Amino acid sequence: MKILVSVKRVIDYNVKVRVKADQSSVDLTNVKMSMNPFCEIAVEEAIRLKEKGVADEIVVVTVGSKACQETLRTALALGADRAIQVEAEDGLDSLSVAKLLAAVAKEESADLIIMGKQSIDSDNNQTGQMVAALLDYPQATFASEVVIENGEAQVTRETDGGLQTLSVTLPAVITTDLRLNEPRFASLPNIMKAKRKPLDVKTVSDLGVTVGCNVSVVSVTAPPERAAGIKVGSVAELVEKLKNEAKVIS
Amino acid sequence: MSVLVLAEHDNKSLKPATLNTVMAATQIDADVHLLIAGFECQTVVEQASKVAGVTKVLVADNAAYEHQLAENISKLLVEMAGDYSHIAAPTTTTGKNTMPRVAALLDVSQLSDVIKVVSADTFVRPIYAGNAIATVTSTDTIKVLTVRITGFDAVASEGGNAERQVLSQVIAADKSRFVSEQLAESDRPELTSASVVVSGGRGMGNGDNFKILEGVADKLGAAIGASRAAVDAGFVPNDLQVGQTGKTVAPDLYIAVGISGAIQHLAGMKGSKVIVAINKDEEAPIFQVADYGLVADLFDAIPELENSL
Repeated sequence: MKILVSVKRVIDYNVKVRVKADQSSVDLTNVKMSMNPFCEIAVEEAIRLKEKGVADEIVVVTVGSKACQETLRTALALGADRAIQVEAEDGLDSLSVAKLLAAVAKEESADLIIMGKQSIDSDNNQTGQMVAALLDYPQATFASEVVIENGEAQVTRETDGGLQTLSVTLPAVITTDLRLNEPRFASLPNIMKAKRKPLDVKTVSDLGVTVGCNVSVVSVTAPPERAAGIKVGSVAELVEKLKNEAKVIS
Repeated sequence: MSVLVLAEHDNKSLKPATLNTVMAATQIDADVHLLIAGFECQTVVEQASKVAGVTKVLVADNAAYEHQLAENISKLLVEMAGDYSHIAAPTTTTGKNTMPRVAALLDVSQLSDVIKVVSADTFVRPIYAGNAIATVTSTDTIKVLTVRITGFDAVASEGGNAERQVLSQVIAADKSRFVSEQLAESDRPELTSASVVVSGGRGMGNGDNFKILEGVADKLGAAIGASRAAVDAGFVPNDLQVGQTGKTVAPDLYIAVGISGAIQHLAGMKGSKVIVAINKDEEAPIFQVADYGLVADLFDAIPELENSL
């Protein structure tokens, strides 16, 4: 079985973003970038499926500029077998990315596509569902447990009310939630080995996909600042303030 | 043209998230239709017909829609899309699961987690864990969006008188089936709509210690929430998680107990009216957003707080 895993290069989750003065976007110059945390979980799950003998090959794919090759190398160092960079401008919308990923999935005849549930930059939570729709595959989003058996994936999903288990026929798209696994770290020898693993570059036109987006950004601003709070000295003072000053309890 | 809202329900009752989404929809257009897709959901239909601002309730009642699988509901929505300029759902796990599928099938973009309607084609949404606010405009013929519940007040659940239309088409997925469900039982108010939330973090130490929050929560009629650290450590189930990847809450009062205040947690509760932090580390980032901070050991402070309420 072949697993396709998508990864995205995003601002590191620990960095506090700054909005540009001209309100066009956030400032990403000289900011630490990393693999999106949910994509790390997706890569880890694919590797575990390979270690269990469920999968034979893991292909990792990203859509973006040349800088994204670094993210692919990280995935290769973790255990992916080969990589594909779809050369495109950074920051394409979800639907364009989904179309490109769907085209790669078709070309590769992947049996399973694993993706993160959302990227921590655009916070859209769309691409996995869109890939599934475009391929007319079933989907299992927000996965916290995956069992592959008899051509089906039994997936436990994190929902608002608790947990739900679905069974989807392969090929399918699974998106990862935080609790699915604990991603491993790449070892130095594996980082060295990853440099020799195959990394193909494809263009948007190679895949026969037209990208474009009818949504444009008018402005990006900083959220309203909260007024500075105060420190209280005791529980009694806290209760008094909540009752008489904030008036949120009676 | 009209706005179609996908109702949030569990086949037994209409969820409050629907009321906030209808409010957002009425700010786009006065003609708001509500789709109830489910199974044996007559009570939901009754409730939906009374919701203020809804002009028509569309009912798809069939076993195929019982668990609201994205494969089925998205195709149903796509079949109806021609009559609408906007299709909206709340940013719940059901809405998030279904709507991008609808958008892709219609070949349009989706606007996720809208917090403000500027006009029928311009919307505001948070990005980067709420650290930036983007205003976006869409020229797509059909706008597909999910609505952040805490971004909009609820419309009244009574007073409306919508006409009903039963939909006959049945779309059943053959590649996806429901197996089982484990729902967390709770008598407390729903986390996303509670007016007071008491949340615990890693500082709680273990799951049993969460019980000490219950006394305070009982007295305040509060919902209990948690940080990711507390969920990952297995103290409480994941459906209590507040944050970028969990639930977004905006209660009148949010009490963060033993929570350091990572960017990802703040993303889920920064919109609260009043934030109280109780933490023994006075350098904890949570104090930068707290209106009232108490530097104290939570195991002393929480019982004392309970007694003084």
